[in-house]
Amino acid sequence: MVFVQVSPRLRFPSKFPKLSFSVKQFEANHVTGADLYFVASGIQFGHANQTRASGAWRAQAPDGCQTIGFKPSHHSITSTVVPNTFSTSIGTGYDLTNSVFSPDGRNFQVEYAVKAVENGGTSIGIRCKDGVVLAVEKVISSKLLKAGANKRIATVDRHIGAVSSGLVPDGRHFVSRARDEASSWRSTYKTPITVKDLASRMGGYLQAYTLYSSVRPFGITGIVAGWDSELELPVDGQVGSGPKIGSGGKVEGKKYGGPGLFMIEPSGQYWGYYGAATGKGRQTAKAELEKLDLAAGKLSLQDGVKEAARIIYVAHADNKDKEFELEMTWISSLDGPTKGRHEEVPKDILEEAEKLAKKHLDDDDDEEETKEDDKMEE
Amino acid sequence: MNHLPQAWGRPRDDVYGAYDHAYLQNGPKQHTQSPAVTGTSVLALKFKDGVVIAADNLASYGSLARFTDVKRLRKFADTTVVGFGGDVSDMQYLDRLLNSLDIEEAYGGSSHTLNAQNLHTYLSKVMYKRRSEFNPLWNQLLVAGLDGEGKPFLASADLLGTTFSSPSLATGFGAHLAQPLLRKVAFDEEAAAKLTVEEAVEAIKESMKVLFYRDARSLDKYSIAVVTKDGIDLKQDEKLEKQSWAFADQIRGYGTQIN
Amino acid sequence: MEFGNSGMLNEDGIHVDMDRLKKGEVNLGTSIMAINFKDGVILGADSRTTTGAYIANRVTDKLTQVHDTIWCCRSGSAADTQAVADIVHYQLGMYAIQNGRPPTTQTAAAMFQELCYENKDRLSAGLIIAGWDERHGGQVYSIPLGGSLHKQSYAIGGSGSTYIYGYCDANWKEGMDEETAVNFVKGALQEAIKWDGSSGGVIRMVVLTKKGANRHLYLPDTDYTVRHE
Repeated sequence: MVFVQVSPRLRFPSKFPKLSFSVKQFEANHVTGADLYFVASGIQFGHANQTRASGAWRAQAPDGCQTIGFKPSHHSITSTVVPNTFSTSIGTGYDLTNSVFSPDGRNFQVEYAVKAVENGGTSIGIRCKDGVVLAVEKVISSKLLKAGANKRIATVDRHIGAVSSGLVPDGRHFVSRARDEASSWRSTYKTPITVKDLASRMGGYLQAYTLYSSVRPFGITGIVAGWDSELELPVDGQVGSGPKIGSGGKVEGKKYGGPGLFMIEPSGQYWGYYGAATGKGRQTAKAELEKLDLAAGKLSLQDGVKEAARIIYVAHADNKDKEFELEMTWISSLDGPTKGRHEEVPKDILEEAEKLAKKHLDDDDDEEETKEDDKMEE
Repeated sequence: MNHLPQAWGRPRDDVYGAYDHAYLQNGPKQHTQSPAVTGTSVLALKFKDGVVIAADNLASYGSLARFTDVKRLRKFADTTVVGFGGDVSDMQYLDRLLNSLDIEEAYGGSSHTLNAQNLHTYLSKVMYKRRSEFNPLWNQLLVAGLDGEGKPFLASADLLGTTFSSPSLATGFGAHLAQPLLRKVAFDEEAAAKLTVEEAVEAIKESMKVLFYRDARSLDKYSIAVVTKDGIDLKQDEKLEKQSWAFADQIRGYGTQIN
Repeated sequence: MEFGNSGMLNEDGIHVDMDRLKKGEVNLGTSIMAINFKDGVILGADSRTTTGAYIANRVTDKLTQVHDTIWCCRSGSAADTQAVADIVHYQLGMYAIQNGRPPTTQTAAAMFQELCYENKDRLSAGLIIAGWDERHGGQVYSIPLGGSLHKQSYAIGGSGSTYIYGYCDANWKEGMDEETAVNFVKGALQEAIKWDGSSGGVIRMVVLTKKGANRHLYLPDTDYTVRHE
C-alpha cells in the first residue's frame, strides 16, 4: 500500500470540497512506466508516471492545481499539490525553513522577511551634492512612550549613519554589526571605512543569514549613509606631515570621497542609490524621490533636509490613522555644517523642515479641492 | 663540529666548557623595558577660565634629534587636550585608543561627551592596568580641560599608573626645571584662579624657553593649546621667541682670562 | 675538565645568553633612504650585509616590493625584516583582491606599523615605507625601532644614516625633478658608504611614479657615476 501525504494547511478551491487520497496499489520499486492515479472524493485528482527513459517520476495535477515535488520511495509517495490560485509558497513546505530553495528557485523565508520590511515605518535617504540625509517615519506605538526617545537612526562611525525599516530589534543588531565592522576596519587599516565598503560587509553579513537552517533572515532593509573624506587621509595616530608642498606625482583631475548612500535588503543584496526608500510608504517615497532628479547632483544638503521631511510626510499620508515622529540625521561635507560627521539635524532646522512639509501637504489638499470645484463648474 | 643539531651554533664544550643552561630559562615573558623614540617634557598651567598646555615638537632617538615635526598635544572631542611625554609609539597607540573611545561616545547620540576629568580617570586606569601586566605604556601624560562642573581641570598619569593633580604640572625635565617657575605664578588653586589667560600663556612660554636652554633633548619649535569652555585654541608650529644669548659676549675664558 | 672564574676565557669557559647570540648575527648594518620628488618617490640603499666585520653579502637588495608601487627599505635584522615584509606583501595582495582596488601607501604603512609595534619586544627592524598611488602621489613613512609611524618628506635610516643627517638637511629641496632627486639620493648614500663601515657595495634605487617601478643600479668601480643597465 502506498500513501500520498499532503500538507494539512492546504486549502483547495471549492471544486475539491472534501479532499482525501486513495491510491491504487502500487509497488514503487518494481514498476517501471507504471501509471499512478490520485483520486479525491471519487474524482481523479492527479496522475503520475515514471518515464521509461530516465526512470524519473513525473506528476501531473488536474486543472487549477499544480504539483510541486513528487517523491516516491519504497514505502510511500510524498507529493505536494497546490491550487494555482494561491501563491506557490504557502503549504508547499519550502517556506518552513531557511536555506531551502523552492523548485522554481526562490527562498521563501527571505520573501517573508521582505514582508516584515513592508510593514515597518518608512525610512529614506537622500544623497545630496554636499552631504546625505537620513529620515525615518517613527510610528508611535503607545502614548506612554517618551517623545523623542528611542532613536531609530544610529551612528555607526563618526562619518556614517544607519537606519532601517522592519523589525526594530533586527535593526539594532544590524547597527551593532555595522559598528563592529567599522571599528575592526579602523583597527586593521588605521583609516575610516568607506560607506561602500561598509555596505559590502553588511551585504555579506545579511546574505549569510539566508544560508543556514539555524537562523532566519533579517526582517529589515537597512539604509547606510555617510561622507567619505575627500581629503588625503592620514594613518590614524601618525605623526609628521610629509612635504610642505604636498606629495608629488598625484594624478590630477580625479575626485575622491564624497557622499555615499546604500540600501541593503534581507537577501543581502545591496545597491548604491541617489535616493533610497524602504518600509510601508516606500512606493510613494520612491515616486517623490524620482521627481527630485538626484542623479544631476544639484540638490543641496539644506534643500535635501526639507525634501526628506516632506517625503516622509507625504508617504505617511497613506497611513494617516497612526501618529508618527519624524527623525532626521545628516552628514555634510567636511566644510559643511557637520564637518563630515553623522549628527542629528539641529532642532530648529528640523522644525522648519517639518513646518514646510505640513504646509506642502495642506497646499496639495487645497489644490485637489480646487480641481474638484473646477469640475463642478463645468 | 658535532653532528648533533643541538650543539650547532654553540661554543665548543671541549674549549669553553659545557653551556650553562640557566641562561636559557628566561623565566616570565619579558616586555620592553625601555622606550625607543621619545618626546620630552609637557607643561601645563591652570588659569581662571581654563588650562594652558605646551610641549615641543621633537621626538628623539637616544640623543639624536630624529623627528622634528611630532605633535605631542592631542585633542579629544573638542573639549580636552592630552599632552604626551615618553615613547612615541605608545603615544600613537593611546591616540587611537582615545579615537575609538570618542567614536563609541558618538553612538549614544546625545550631546554628552567625556570631559577632561572622565578622560583622565580612563587613561589612568589604562596606564595602571598595563603596568600591572609588566608591560607599561612608556608615557607621562597631562590631561587638560574642564571637569564636570566646568571648572579648569589638570591632572597627570604615568607609566606606573601614578596620578597627580595640581594647579601647574610638568613632566620629565620640566618637573625639575619648569614646575618651580610655574609654582611661582600659581602657588595654589586660589592663585591659579586669579591668573588671566595672557599671564598663564606667558608663564608657560617662559618655562618652555628655560627648558630649551637646559634640556638637551628639547627643541625650539613647540605646540601650545589653551582649553576653555569655548573650545580649544591649538597652535602647532610655534617658535620660541625673545631668547637670551647675547650675554655670551660677556663670557671670556673660564676664570681669570681677560681677552 | 674544570672551569674556574679567573677571567681567562680558556679557563672559565663562556656562559653567554644564547638568546643574545643571535642578535646581530646577520645584520643589515645599512644605509637606506626614501625621498619625495616631483613625480613620486625614490628609494635608495647600499648593498652590504655583515656578520660582525665579515661581509656576508656584498650585493644585497634591501629594496623590497610589497605591492605594485609600494616598496620598503629594510634595516636591522635581515630575518626579521624579511619576515615582516613577506607578511605585508601577502596582506596587501589580499587587500587588493578583496576590495577590488590597490592599497594606498597608508594601508601598507598601517600594516607594517601594527607588526612592528605589537612585536616590538621580538623584532629588530627599522623600516622605511615608500609608495605611489593615484590619489596621494608619492609618500614616505618611517617606522623606527619601537614601532612608531612618522610621515616624512624624506627618510633616512640604518647605521650609515647618522653620517648623512647634515648632508641631507643641507641639500634637501622639495619638489625636485627626477634627475636632481636621483643625484640627491646618490650623493647621500655615497657619503654614508664612505664613512660607515657597515655600509658599502653598490647603490640600488627604485623610482616609483605613475609609470610604475623603475630600478637603478650604480657601481663603486665607476664611482657611482654610470647607471648600470
